[in-house]
Amino acid sequence: MTVSDLQIVKGKKTPVQRVLGVLSSSVVNVVLILVALFWLIPSIGLFFTSLRSGGDNAASGWWTVFTKPAELTLQNYANLIQNPTIMSSFWNTIVIAVPATVLVVLLGALAAYAFAWTEFWGRDWLLIVVIILLAVPVQVALIPLARLFGAIGIFGSVFGVILFHVAFGLPFAIFLLRNFFTQVPGELLEAARIDGASEWRIFFTIMLPLGLPAIASLAIFQFLWTWNDMLVALIFTNSESQPITVAIQSQLRQFGANIDVLSSGAFLSMIIPLIVFFAFQRYFVQALLAGSQK
Amino acid sequence: MTVLVDAAADPKGGEQPVRPPKGRWRRTAIIASFLAPALVVLGALVVYPIIYTIYRSFYSASGDEFVGLDNYVTMFTNEATFTAIRNNVMWVIVAPITCTVLGLIFAVLLEKLKWKTAFKLIIFMPMAISMLAAGVIFRSMFQEDPNLGVVNATIAGVQNVFSDASSYPGARPRDGFGIIAEGSTIVSEAELQTGSSQDFPLVGVRQTDLPADAAQAEPAPAANDTQITGTVFLDVVPGGGGVNGEIEQGKSGLPGIRVDAVAPDGAVRGYATTGAGGTYTIEGLSPDESYRVALPATNFDQGFQGVAWLGPSLINAVIILSYVWIWAGFAMVMIASGLSAMDRSLQEASRVDGANEWQVFTKITAPLLSPVLIVVFVTLVINVLKIFDLVYVIPPGVSKPAANVIAVEMWTVSFGGGANQGLGSALALLLLILVLPSMIINVRRFREERGR
Repeated sequence: MTVSDLQIVKGKKTPVQRVLGVLSSSVVNVVLILVALFWLIPSIGLFFTSLRSGGDNAASGWWTVFTKPAELTLQNYANLIQNPTIMSSFWNTIVIAVPATVLVVLLGALAAYAFAWTEFWGRDWLLIVVIILLAVPVQVALIPLARLFGAIGIFGSVFGVILFHVAFGLPFAIFLLRNFFTQVPGELLEAARIDGASEWRIFFTIMLPLGLPAIASLAIFQFLWTWNDMLVALIFTNSESQPITVAIQSQLRQFGANIDVLSSGAFLSMIIPLIVFFAFQRYFVQALLAGSQK
Repeated sequence: MTVLVDAAADPKGGEQPVRPPKGRWRRTAIIASFLAPALVVLGALVVYPIIYTIYRSFYSASGDEFVGLDNYVTMFTNEATFTAIRNNVMWVIVAPITCTVLGLIFAVLLEKLKWKTAFKLIIFMPMAISMLAAGVIFRSMFQEDPNLGVVNATIAGVQNVFSDASSYPGARPRDGFGIIAEGSTIVSEAELQTGSSQDFPLVGVRQTDLPADAAQAEPAPAANDTQITGTVFLDVVPGGGGVNGEIEQGKSGLPGIRVDAVAPDGAVRGYATTGAGGTYTIEGLSPDESYRVALPATNFDQGFQGVAWLGPSLINAVIILSYVWIWAGFAMVMIASGLSAMDRSLQEASRVDGANEWQVFTKITAPLLSPVLIVVFVTLVINVLKIFDLVYVIPPGVSKPAANVIAVEMWTVSFGGGANQGLGSALALLLLILVLPSMIINVRRFREERGR
């Protein structure tokens, strides 16, 4: 069979084959539309629930908005904004997530540079330790760090939570950035060294700018991770320093009665991650592809 | 850091023991300044805690008494912790496989889709939100009341389509008209001969709950000698007035009610269903027997009350489903990128050789994908072992014991009122031991990449 024969075989389909092809692709389309709907319904449900009064939510489900659009109201969000606990917890979430992200990126990039481009005794062994630490569950640190932070007086404050997230974000940060930094062409660094540039100068003027895509991936991953955390904050914060996840979970005990706060609060907590996600999802995917073991 | 500095000062096993060049000290200091911040944090906040947790797990609840392996024995004998371990095993078996299989199916199907980016975003989106928010969502979706939970509402809707029997929950007989309630069944007090008639004036049904086809109550037609007839009606005139027990203008018939003729031996000899005006005619009865006329309990059922999804028996399925909702997108994205990086010439060649799509997939695509599938699976297993938020958030109080997992139990015994940090440390260590195999896999993968 020559190449042209092949093309004929591929190009000309019998009418039966063509009908089958169209049928199967439309079946796939219908199935995936249904799947997508199933995946969307939970979020849509939360959204509409948050736009109905507590009374309406106690009497009927969110889908009644399709027959009674008059039920829609922004009252839950108005209440939320006037709720000092929720608002201060929202602020606390920012106060925790931003420094934790910046610190992980900074400390991780510094260490990754040393692992990628300097020689020292025991480097590979140290790197293996970092890789082992990738999969350490946070649970092993909860009890010791609660004690340690208590002893140095930061238990219950945002500092403890930030430190905790930095520590458990670092192995992945070092792993991800080192992999990226090693791909930077060595001639660039050699040329800079010959020109007399210091390691610090090389790091800030060559490595960081070149590593920006990887740093963005890491930052987005770490930011979402910290923003969405509940367990660490549940233990290491108090009612003054709690982030929004902890503030909302404290309303769970009376689920039905608090559904107005719960739904609007949960949606408020989702807004920033969703914006970050839709704006930078390519970087987020890259961070996952880089081998997330968290 | 001492190890590092000393080592760098003596790099090649004592080749240059005296006075290293000045530049080398400088260089060591620079490397140390790059590494030190991260290593200090890792050492103090990850490595030290691991060691302390190991040590602490051999001590009592208060921490001042050495108890050996007692905490580990408790872990496997205490009912709550044992349930937690058993549930974790179930999670590890069910959740990663479900996510990986769904992710694989989605990734393969979406390849030829025109709107694949949109589809990916929709499935992947739950990864961005907190498990707390996901927990709130699923807890609300699976509420038991079909008026509130969308899942039970859907089931109720489907059931209503397939069963057209009208139901009148709460209906009861008007006293003093020859009919009585026996349990949920409403029956005539007297035994009737054929050719007679029995009306059922009922109360306790709201006008607003009447079915759309309910009409003005009508008197029953006269019965012949193989029939019993009558009218089942709502003995209330809207707005008040009227005479109890009489079929009058304004009173509504109750259509769709099943009426049985019950012989003295308890057997149902015949039945009929009431029409729009509430009238019924039971035919084919024997004039030699007498019957009690009964409206069986099925007429007065509460209807579908909702599946208790959040009850102890189904709670784990619901939580795992919420996990799949979040993580199937992760599996899909990873597998899809594996697929797009794949060289398709083998597939093309086998298609030319006459292989069908299923054979191409199982014999060529799937084996080529297996490294990606393993990475996805291992990542999910590690993640599932540590599952906390969803299990903490979704179950209401009564089902919490049934849904328990190791991470939640660890939190409960150490911080959530248990005040037993010895047992908590042992549980944390169990989690660490469970992820050891994946640590080994990670290190091995790293070494292989270096070896290349």
